[in-house]
Amino acid sequence: MIVNEETKKQQNSKSMQSYLAPLVRDIPPSGIRRFFDLAEGSKDIITLGVGEPDFTTPWHVREACVYSLERGRTAYTSNAGMIELREAIAQYLYDSFQVSYQPSNQILVTVGGSEAIDLALRALIVPGDEILIPEPCYVSYSPITSIGGGVPVGIETFAENDFKLTAEALEAKITPKSKVLILCYPSNPTGAIMTYEDWLPIAKVVEKHDLIVISDEIYAELTYTQKHVSFASIPGMMDRTVLVSGFSKAFAMTGWRMGYACAHPDLIAAMLKIHQYTVMCAPVMGQVAALEALTNGLEEKDRMIESYNQRRRLIVQGFVDIGLPCHEPQGAFYAFPSIAETGLSSDEFAQRLLMEAKVAAVPGTAFGQGGEGFLRCSYATSVAQLTEALERIGEFVHKLKTS
Amino acid sequence: MKQLTDLKLKVLDLLNEDARRSPALLATLIGVEEEAVKEAIAELEQDHVIVKYAAVVNWSKIEDETVTALIEVQITPERGRGFEGIAERIYLYPQVKSVYLMSGAYDLLVEVEGRNLREVANFVSEKLSPIDSVLSTKTNFILKKYKQDGIIFEDREEDNRLMISP
Repeated sequence: MIVNEETKKQQNSKSMQSYLAPLVRDIPPSGIRRFFDLAEGSKDIITLGVGEPDFTTPWHVREACVYSLERGRTAYTSNAGMIELREAIAQYLYDSFQVSYQPSNQILVTVGGSEAIDLALRALIVPGDEILIPEPCYVSYSPITSIGGGVPVGIETFAENDFKLTAEALEAKITPKSKVLILCYPSNPTGAIMTYEDWLPIAKVVEKHDLIVISDEIYAELTYTQKHVSFASIPGMMDRTVLVSGFSKAFAMTGWRMGYACAHPDLIAAMLKIHQYTVMCAPVMGQVAALEALTNGLEEKDRMIESYNQRRRLIVQGFVDIGLPCHEPQGAFYAFPSIAETGLSSDEFAQRLLMEAKVAAVPGTAFGQGGEGFLRCSYATSVAQLTEALERIGEFVHKLKTS
Repeated sequence: MKQLTDLKLKVLDLLNEDARRSPALLATLIGVEEEAVKEAIAELEQDHVIVKYAAVVNWSKIEDETVTALIEVQITPERGRGFEGIAERIYLYPQVKSVYLMSGAYDLLVEVEGRNLREVANFVSEKLSPIDSVLSTKTNFILKKYKQDGIIFEDREEDNRLMISP
C-alpha cells in the first residue's frame, strides 16, 4: 500500500500559518492588492490606478548609471550613502525648500522613501506608542506602524476642508501615548497641500504635545498653485521633523528605489544603525543615477511638472463636465472625486467601472478613514488615454444616473 | 524675429506634440479661455509661425519605398544676394524636401527625395550640378531613419507600469 508521505507529514505538522508572528499575520491584505488582481486579468483597460509617473527616467540619468557600471562602479557605498549625493541633496533641499541639513550627519540615503519611513518609526516607537496618521493616506503608514509595535491612530480629513489636516482634528486624537505624527502633503491620494498658514496651527499642537513629525514630502515638487512648504521649514519644527523624500515622483525614478531622510543627528544616527544592519547601503547604481538627476535633471523635472499640470486641468474639467464633485487637487498627480451621489460604495463603483467601462481606478477605501465615497484617479497618463478614460467614466455615470 | 507670448509658446508645444488637438482641449490643458487659444492660433497661422498641419509619416513602413539623399553643396555666393538666389533655385524643385544654409565645410545641405537611386542621381547631375555657382556636390543616401523631428520611428517598449499601484 502506498502511503502519501507528504500528506501524512502535513497532517502531523502544525499549519505554517501558526508559525507566523501574529503581528504580521494579522495585518489585513492591502485593498489595492485585491483590486490589482481584478484589473490584471482584464483586457483593453485604461488605468488611472497607477501611483507613479508615466515618464521613463530621463535618458541622461539612465546613461549616467550605465556609464558607471561600465567603469565597474559596483562596490558598497558608505552606509549613509555617497557623500557627493548627500551634499547634492542638502544643496537641493536648501535651494528648493529653504531647509538646511548637514550632509555629514543629518542625511541618510535609503531604499525609497518607504525605507526611510520604516527606519524613522522603528527608531522612535516604544511598544504601545500611538502614531497619528491623517487619512485618507498612503497605504503603508498604518501597517509599518503596527509592525514596529506602535498603535496607528487615524485622523479623518474631509473634502469640505480640501482634505487638509486641522489643528482641532489633530488635538482631538491626542492622548498621553501620542508620540509621532505622520504627514504626507502633497497628499496621495487626495492631492491636498498644506500652506504656510495651514501649518502654523499644526506646529503649535506638535509643540504643545511634544510630538515628533515624520513628514513624507515625496510629492513636494508636484504642486501647481503654489510652491510646497516643507513642515521642517516652519519655525521651531526643524529638530522635531524627519523629512522624508526621494527621487521617484519628481524625477520619474520609481523603480530605482532611491529615497532619503533628513533629521536631527541623533535620530539619523539611530536610523543609520538599523539601515546598516538591514540593507547596508542603498544600491550604488541608484545613487549614481540620483546624483545625475540632481546635477543635470532639474530642467527636465520642471518640464514634467508642467505636463502633469496640464493633465490635472484636463481631469478636473472632465469631472466637472461629468458632474462628479471633485475638490481641486493642488499637488501630487491624483484627483479624488466623490462618487457618493451615484449611490454606490467606492468598492462597488470601482469594480463596476472596471468591468463595465474598462477603466481602472482605486476605491478611496483603500486609503483608510474618510475614503468611502471617493475614487483615486491618477492623471499620470497620456492626454489621449485620459480623454478616453473620462469619456468612459462619463458614459458609465450617465448610465448609473438614468437607470 | 518676434517675441512670442507665453500662451503662444504653450500652444505651439502642445500642437507640436499632436496637431489634431482642438482649441477646447488646448484651453483646458493650458488653463485659459478657448477664445484666447483660438485667437493665438489664428495669429500664429497668419504670421506663418504655424506653417502647416501635417502627418509625420514613416514611409519605410510602406512597400513602395522612396530614397532620400542629403546632398552637401558648395557654392559661390552671388554679389548682392549672397546665397538666397541659389537656395531659391534649388528649393523650388518639388523633389527637394529641405534646404539648409550651413556653417562648415560646405554651404547648403539639400534633402532630395526620389523613387530610386537613379532618379536622385539624375537630379544631381542634371539639375543641381549644372547651376553656375555650384562648385561641388557630395551625395549621401539615407539608409534608415531612426528619429525625425524628435519622433522615434522604432517601435519602443510600451508602458510597463503595473495596472494598479499605491
